[in-house]
Amino acid sequence: MSYEDWFRKDRLPHIFCAGCGNGTIINCTLAAIEQMDWKKDDTVFVSGIGCSSRASGYIITDSLHTTHGRAIAFATGVKMANPNLNVVVFTGDGDLAAIGGNHFIHACRRNIDITVVCMNNQIYGMTGGQGSPTTPKGCLSSTTPYGCVESPFDLSELAIAAGANYVSRWTSYHVKELEKAIKTGFETPGFSFIEALVQCPTAFGRRNKFKQVSDQIEYMKAHSLLKAKYDRLVESGEPVPTDMFIVGELAHRKRPVMGAKP
Amino acid sequence: MTRTEFWQGNIACAEGALAAGCRFFGGYPITPSTEVAEHMAVKLPKKNGVFIQMEDEIASIAAVIGASWTGARAMTATSGPGFSLMMENIGYAAMTETPCVIVNVQRGGPSTGQPTMGAQGDMMQCRFGSHGDYSIIALCPASVQEMYELTARAFNLADQYRVPVFLMADEIIGHMREKILVPDSVPLQQRKALVKGTLPFKPGADMIPGFPQFGKGYGVHVTGLTHDERGYPCATNPKLHETLVHRLVDKVEIARDQIADYDVINPDAEQVFIAYGAPVRTVQQLLHDRADEKIGFLRIRTVWPFPEKSLRAFKNAKRFLVPELNLGQIAREIERHTNVPVQSLPKLGGDLHTPQELREALEAGQ
Repeated sequence: MSYEDWFRKDRLPHIFCAGCGNGTIINCTLAAIEQMDWKKDDTVFVSGIGCSSRASGYIITDSLHTTHGRAIAFATGVKMANPNLNVVVFTGDGDLAAIGGNHFIHACRRNIDITVVCMNNQIYGMTGGQGSPTTPKGCLSSTTPYGCVESPFDLSELAIAAGANYVSRWTSYHVKELEKAIKTGFETPGFSFIEALVQCPTAFGRRNKFKQVSDQIEYMKAHSLLKAKYDRLVESGEPVPTDMFIVGELAHRKRPVMGAKP
Repeated sequence: MTRTEFWQGNIACAEGALAAGCRFFGGYPITPSTEVAEHMAVKLPKKNGVFIQMEDEIASIAAVIGASWTGARAMTATSGPGFSLMMENIGYAAMTETPCVIVNVQRGGPSTGQPTMGAQGDMMQCRFGSHGDYSIIALCPASVQEMYELTARAFNLADQYRVPVFLMADEIIGHMREKILVPDSVPLQQRKALVKGTLPFKPGADMIPGFPQFGKGYGVHVTGLTHDERGYPCATNPKLHETLVHRLVDKVEIARDQIADYDVINPDAEQVFIAYGAPVRTVQQLLHDRADEKIGFLRIRTVWPFPEKSLRAFKNAKRFLVPELNLGQIAREIERHTNVPVQSLPKLGGDLHTPQELREALEAGQ
C-alpha cells in the first residue's frame, strides 16, 4: 500500500502556504510508516496547535488535534491506556518548546514509547510570524523587529539531556535521511524525537533575506554539519564552524521504556 | 451483599471509581485531594489499570482525555489551583465530547488560599470556567457514602452524555471518616458506540453522537476547532458554529430532569433550607434537633445542570435559606429560578456553619 493512501483526500486543499516545508515532513513520515507496514487502525496521530499540528487532520487514521502545547500529554494518555497503538505526535517549535516545553522534557524523562516529529520553522507561522524559542539570534520576526536578542533552544540537545532514547535532526532538504530517521524512531522503543528544520517562506523567509523558497532550503543544506563530520572535527581539535548546525543521528540508546507494546 | 467499611471520603471516591470500571488515572499531587491519587496508585495496577503521575494538572487532564479516546473510563482528582490549570482542556473535552470524570476536593481560595480547609468556592468555575459556551454535569457529595456512589454515577453520566462530569467535593467530606456500606456492584451504563459508516459527530435524537473509539477502525479526526459532523475543522462558518455550540449545551440542559438527584424534606414548610455538599450535614443536624418544627429542606446532589423543578416542590415556601461555603454562588443561581426570597448564608474560612448559626438565621427572618 502506498503512503498516499493514508491521506484524507476529502480534506484537500490543505492550509499550508505555497513553499511551506511541512508537507515534505508529512510525506517523509508517511513514507516511513509505509516501510514499517503499520496498519491504519492501529495508528494514532496527535498534535497540538500551529501549522505543523494541522498535519494530523490530513491523515486518515484516528487523530487527536488538541490544545496548544499539550499534544505530548494527550499522547501519553492514549499510549498508556492502549500500548498496542502506534502513537505519533506532530508538533512545531512554539508548540513543543514554548508552551509545551514541560510536557516535552517529562515525556523524554519517562521515555514513553511514542515518536515526536517536530517541524521547526523557527517562527510562529500560524499567528503571522512572531519570534519563537528557536528563532536564531538576530533574526527578524513581528515580535523581534530589531532582531531576536534571546538565545534559542537546541531542541535535540534538550531531548537528549532529558532522556529520549532516539534523537535525530535533519531538514526539509534531507528527505531520504529524514525518512530513514523517522523509521528508526518508530523502530526504537521509547521516546523518539525527530527534529526537522523547515522553511517558512511566508513568516520567516521573507523577513530574513530568503527571497525564494529555495534560498532557505539551500541555506539549510549549506549550513548543516553532519554529526560524523562534527565528531571528526572535535576529535582532531579543529575549529567547528559557528554558523552551522549539526544534523544526523544524535542519540540512539536503550534506557528503560514506558508504554511499550506488550 | 454489601459490606461495611470505615473509610475516608477520598478513599471512598477512589473505590467508587474502581467499582465503576475506571482504569486510567492521571493526576498531580495537591492537598486536599491527594489521597484519591495515592489510593489509585495502589489499586489500579492490580486491576490492569494505569496510574500515571503527570508533570502538572494541565498534563493530567490531557492524559485523561487521551485515555478516554481509547475507550477507557478515565479520571483525575485535584483541588482549586490545579482545577484552574485544567480549565482549557476541560473546554477541549466539552468541545470534543470526551467522557471524563474530574474530582475537585475544594479548598479555600482564591489562589493558594487554605490548602487544608474546606470550601465550595469553585461551584461557578466548574460550570463556566473554560472559555466559550458549553454545559457540564456537577455532583456534590455530602457523606463518605456519597463520595463512593456519586463518583460511580459520574462515570455513567460522562459516558451517557459525553461530557466532563465533576465530582465537586470539599475538604470536609474528602477527609471525613465515617461508616460506608459498600455494594457488590454499582449500576453501569457505558457510552454508546458509533455505528460504523455514520458520521462521527452526527447526533442521534438524544443530541449525542455515538463514540468512535480509537483503534477500532473509525479513522476519526478529533479537534477542538469548530467542526462539522465529519469532525473536520470548519471554523469560519457562523451557522455551523452556532448549531454545534447549541447542541453541546442543549444535550445536557434538555436532560436536567433525568440527571437531577435531590431530596425534598417537609415540602409543606414555609422556611426551606437548600444545601449541597458539606453544609447538608449542618442542616441535617438542625432538622434533627428541631424535628417538631417541620423545617423544609431541599438537599441537592446534582448542582449542574441546576434541578430547578425541585424548587417547585415547596408550594408554601416563603423563604429559601442557602448555607454555602462561598459567598453565595448557588444562591444566585436559585434566585434565577424562583420568586420566593432567597437568603444567602455565606461562610468562609474552612469551618462548617454551626447548627446554632443556621437556627439564628432561621429565627431572624420569622
